[in-house]
Amino acid sequence: MSENQIVLNPDEWIDKYADYLFNYAITRVNDYDLAKDLVQETFFAGLKSAKNFEGKASEKTWLVSILKRKVIDHYRKINSIKGQAEVKMNFYENGENEGSWIEERVPQSWDNETEKSIENDELKKQLEHCINQLPQKYAIVFRMKTIQEIETEEICKELDITASNLWVMIHRARTQLRKCMEDNWFKK
Amino acid sequence: MFKRFLISCDKATTICDKSQYKEATFFELIQLNLHLVFCKFCGLYSKQNTKLSEICKQKALDSKQKSQCLSTKEKELLKQQLKEINSN
Repeated sequence: MSENQIVLNPDEWIDKYADYLFNYAITRVNDYDLAKDLVQETFFAGLKSAKNFEGKASEKTWLVSILKRKVIDHYRKINSIKGQAEVKMNFYENGENEGSWIEERVPQSWDNETEKSIENDELKKQLEHCINQLPQKYAIVFRMKTIQEIETEEICKELDITASNLWVMIHRARTQLRKCMEDNWFKK
Repeated sequence: MFKRFLISCDKATTICDKSQYKEATFFELIQLNLHLVFCKFCGLYSKQNTKLSEICKQKALDSKQKSQCLSTKEKELLKQQLKEINSN
């Protein structure tokens, strides 16, 4: 019996791991209901494949690895809606605006007043609002990189994308965020 | 040779984004700074990008302090569902 030291205890899963898993999920997808669903699916999948559990990793690590897969699956799903190719396309590549600022995207000077209110909660709220306006796949990558401050390499591994892919998405996210912040905050 | 240092605004702003996370290479930083000498739009973008990073930093601090949980009710429901599946 000694070689099978780690035994699964599904009855205790919720009490022991629900909070951790939920927190993991919500910091990635930033949606309460979706995070709840992912955690639920993780527990169900865990039960289903409990007999495949070899006891090589701890119960927690094992459940997290299932949740990770669920997050990737979700990410793939939203990513494939418009197709991967779109992500690789360059932001400015088409048309006559190639390689230069399009007029509407040219930055306007932001008022210095804002420097004082950098601590302002309103500003953070506005940012949150702007991030939510982003296409979901950009928002996920941007949040992981900027708010959760996860290493590039780890994000690439977790979401199964290349580093250059990640930077294109970060670039697009930041370009849109900049515009959104300008329109909704700094111009007012 | 000199052409290698000339980059488009798109490339410049991408490098600028990378440098916000301190992940731009030394060569990229040279390219960027050279570009910034004659492109005032990208200069402004850089400035605003830095500000954006500051706000993000604040948010990052906030989000690290709070952790979110499921409600007790939702957990109980989840427990029941798990039990049902387990007994089948």
